[in-house]
Amino acid sequence: MARAAVQRRLTWRLAKVVELVDEAPKVRSLVLAVPDWPGHQAGQHVDVRLTSEDGYQAERSYSIASAPEDRGGVMLTVELLDDGEVSPYLVDEVRVGDQLELRGPIGGYFVWEAEMADPLLLVAGGSGICPLMAMLRHRAARSSTVPTRLLYSSRSFEDVIYRAELDRLTAAGDGLQTFLTLTRVRPTTWTGFDRRVDREMLVQVAWSPERRPVAFVCGPTPFVEAVARLLVELGQDPARVKTERFGPTGG
Amino acid sequence: MDETQLRLDGNACGGMLREVFTTDMTAARGACVGCGTVGQVGGQHLYGYPHGPGAVLRCSVCETVLLVLVHTRESYRLGLPGLAWMQI
Repeated sequence: MARAAVQRRLTWRLAKVVELVDEAPKVRSLVLAVPDWPGHQAGQHVDVRLTSEDGYQAERSYSIASAPEDRGGVMLTVELLDDGEVSPYLVDEVRVGDQLELRGPIGGYFVWEAEMADPLLLVAGGSGICPLMAMLRHRAARSSTVPTRLLYSSRSFEDVIYRAELDRLTAAGDGLQTFLTLTRVRPTTWTGFDRRVDREMLVQVAWSPERRPVAFVCGPTPFVEAVARLLVELGQDPARVKTERFGPTGG
Repeated sequence: MDETQLRLDGNACGGMLREVFTTDMTAARGACVGCGTVGQVGGQHLYGYPHGPGAVLRCSVCETVLLVLVHTRESYRLGLPGLAWMQI
């Protein structure tokens, strides 16, 4: 386990962009080659630091979206925030071959490992899907059949990040069920959920507390707080509802 | 927009804490002097980060200030006003 290992001080590393993937409008994945990457756990994040020519620095945290088993590089998925300092650069400016300062992996709290046998509930708001995707990719890479339900709230069908891969993972029939809710715009043929996550939806999707599920909730702060509160009201153990707030707008 | 819409989880300042501590602190448990709740650093409420000069960690149950870490030009100032103990 990472916690038991002797750890040295966390240092900034120079990572190289090896691939860019347009995931959705205003959302792009960066695959990074990181020298001496020590490996990570699903759910962990990195800090990215940008330095301008006059020496001004801005740091932001980004969840790792790739599985620990993926040797192709460390994937970060970034949503463009119009008033952001860092995300416009990462989404619109960065090119393959560019270098970024990064430190990580960070965090031992919002982490899921395939050895955890309890039913898994993942609830994502927008780009909050990123660390949960690392968990789903880890789950698939380890051929886990842990009963897993993903509830993913998105503005529209086009805004659903990793849509094709989620379809593929869900179709594998290994115990993963995916529920999408589209809050603003829906295809005319849409038959899924069509509103913000509410109590009734969680009653339908969440595992019964008697099964001792573990829940990971990630997204904008108001979304995460509302979902976590509802899960606890529905009888989930607060210590088993792990949250990762992205701030007011997410990303 | 009120402050609670800006807050994050203690997990988010794990990198900054590693500038001071040599081991991951987000999974460390601690006891709040305000309400006695024992919880993990990563699950507490985080204010002032990353846009401010430091991080303020408050108890997720009673909002007692547990930990303050400020980075100045020369040093770090670490305050632990609301932690009875931490297990690292």
